[in-house]
Amino acid sequence: MSAISATAGSNYLNEKKGLWSWASTLDHKRIGVMYLFSIFFFFVLGGLFALLLRTQLLWPAGNVVSAKTYNQLFTLHGAIMVFLVIVPGIAASLGNFVLPLQLGAKDVAFPRLNLMSYYIYVIGALFAVCSIIFGAIDTGWTFYAPYSITAQGKVTLMLTAVFILGFSSIFTGLNFITTVHKLRAPGMTWFRMPLFVWGIYATSILQVMATPVLAITLSLIVVERVLGVGIFNPALGGDAVLFQHFFWFYSHPAVYIMILPGMAVISELVTTFSQKKIFGYRMIAYSSIAIALISFLVWGHHMFTSGQSPLVSMLFSALTFLVAIPSGIKIFNWLATLFKGSISLATPMLYCLSFLFLFTIGGLTGVFLGVLTVDVHLHDTYFVVAHFHYVMVGGTFMAFVGGVYYWWPKMFGKMYNEKVGTLGAILVFLGFNLTFFVQFYMGSQGMPRRYYNYLEQFQTLHQVSTFGSYLLGLGFLVVLINWIHALVAGKPAPVNPFHATTLEWTHTQSPPITHNFEVQPIYRHEPYDYGDEPHSIHGFQGQKA
Amino acid sequence: MANVNDSALFPLADHYAKPEQQVESGKLGMWLFLTTEILLFGGLFVSYACFNYLHMDIFKQAHQYLDWRLGAVNTVVLLFSSLTVVLSIHAAQQQRKAYVIINLVLTIACAIAFLVVKYFEYSQKFQAGLLPGVYFTNGTISNPDEAHVFFGIYFLMTGLHGFHVLIGVAIFVWLLLRTIKGDFSSQYYAPLELGGLYWHLVDVIWIFLFPLLYLIS
Repeated sequence: MSAISATAGSNYLNEKKGLWSWASTLDHKRIGVMYLFSIFFFFVLGGLFALLLRTQLLWPAGNVVSAKTYNQLFTLHGAIMVFLVIVPGIAASLGNFVLPLQLGAKDVAFPRLNLMSYYIYVIGALFAVCSIIFGAIDTGWTFYAPYSITAQGKVTLMLTAVFILGFSSIFTGLNFITTVHKLRAPGMTWFRMPLFVWGIYATSILQVMATPVLAITLSLIVVERVLGVGIFNPALGGDAVLFQHFFWFYSHPAVYIMILPGMAVISELVTTFSQKKIFGYRMIAYSSIAIALISFLVWGHHMFTSGQSPLVSMLFSALTFLVAIPSGIKIFNWLATLFKGSISLATPMLYCLSFLFLFTIGGLTGVFLGVLTVDVHLHDTYFVVAHFHYVMVGGTFMAFVGGVYYWWPKMFGKMYNEKVGTLGAILVFLGFNLTFFVQFYMGSQGMPRRYYNYLEQFQTLHQVSTFGSYLLGLGFLVVLINWIHALVAGKPAPVNPFHATTLEWTHTQSPPITHNFEVQPIYRHEPYDYGDEPHSIHGFQGQKA
Repeated sequence: MANVNDSALFPLADHYAKPEQQVESGKLGMWLFLTTEILLFGGLFVSYACFNYLHMDIFKQAHQYLDWRLGAVNTVVLLFSSLTVVLSIHAAQQQRKAYVIINLVLTIACAIAFLVVKYFEYSQKFQAGLLPGVYFTNGTISNPDEAHVFFGIYFLMTGLHGFHVLIGVAIFVWLLLRTIKGDFSSQYYAPLELGGLYWHLVDVIWIFLFPLLYLIS
């Protein structure tokens, strides 16, 4: 693309200056960047809570924090990481930045609504922070009734926060669906869309269809707390299991709201850093949609021990096995893409490979938990904790960090340091496995989750886990330092440092201009057109393989 | 775009290539939003179904404390307002501003009439102590320990719906002001259509609420 110069003067970052120009921006790229910084701020906060928890668990009868504080810590860790970090996560930050670029659009369909989503997110976050400052909550992030109706603390405030955050999620999803339908560049047919777009599209469907149910469920809890209506509270003629049905009708699809964008990022990374056309493009695209649809029908597997009928449990168990199939299809397609590719081990690829290892473990243990008899033994133990951390952190978060590294040169026009990047990736991978792998074992031996004290026999394992979490924290610190250093002192980034083939790399400068493209791009080829033979040159920094 | 005249009448945002693209995007966005509304109410409809199943006799008995005539009046009022919304869009297409204004005023009047009727219904329930949960004080009903569940559902469903009617009033006042300002023309009347879509949904939800709450047999 000779028309694009890497060092052109004006771009979306420097065209307008000042805080107000950011606060009032309608540019999807700036909104994406604002999300990115906000999300990582809350990630650090949630991470600190987790480190405190793990410190408490160094000793069987430890007394680092009080039992009440401990309950508040795990609740806040969960609520912040789920609702403020990983649900908005990739879709709101990278999705906002990359999706219109990959489609060849100037912006998302509703730019004002997009800015409003961001402010709704900020307001929701403020409510959450207020609930922490003015008394915290200890219900767990799942807010199970009837405890959440009768519990002391600022539960109403936190529920309101999550309610508000839900609307941010809904509006972002609505915006993306409309953008994908109506703003594709000429020639960009559905099956020429990059797989990142497919993944975000599937996520958006879930956000739009599932989140309203959470909104009504949480409002009902608030109404019960404030007005004493009896919907979920058995003491007032309500039904507590109904709450669980409602909650998981949202929160299971929400798991896929969290993981689908991660898969979307991985599809880009795996093909770019193999310099090879993705294997099974259509199957990956279809499997995203299949996951979105099936995930609405599996919520009951969170409730095997709630007293629902055995027939219902069996159906949910079978459907749970079914939802693992599209995920498996993706994994095999990615592996097949790697096969005979020209693989470069640049930092984003290290996170991509971590994802493949860790998500496979997380996904597979999920199938164990979907087996009725096994679940009766394992439910509410550390096995479950380890399982969803392998999916959420080992899966989504690895993809998130990898994606941020990958698009960093495009977002900020600066290169990160490759050596520090590698170091960070290795520390994160080791730290993560040290923290959570032992938890599988602990859980299978009967260590229940959310307990303040534990039997002495678990001490060694808990200590390994805690030291692992410190290593993980150190790894993320290295990542953050690398990013901040790149921002301040990174080398200027070329237009397409990784030799990728999608529009954001081939048709925009780094960083892009405010209107994205000098001229409206017209799309005439397949998304990952590397030719039949893998490229002999590695994209990364022009080095030979 | 066909000519310069069109572009003067249609406020095209600069990230769209054509007016149709912008209008269609707006409609798709609105339909998606309506989907979320249906799911939001869906939670309450499912609760209704569960409690109706669990307390069938009580629902039958408690619904007699609702006045079906007032509910029927409100149904007619809302149906009529849906007609006036459609007529306002039709008038806009034909560039007849006065008719747009008349129909929007009628719509707003209907919405307010609906809320006034609702106000009288609510105050009558308040006086009779037919309130949800812990505030239920009515002595005439035979099963006060469980009857409050029905009124909990009643107030939640009609309350959420009433809130949507209130939002509808705000939307139509805004559309009225824009019409008076001369923002709309036969080329550009998309906001009227979007407001209309929202209003039809509010109407449809009431059409389900009315028999479920007032006409149980």
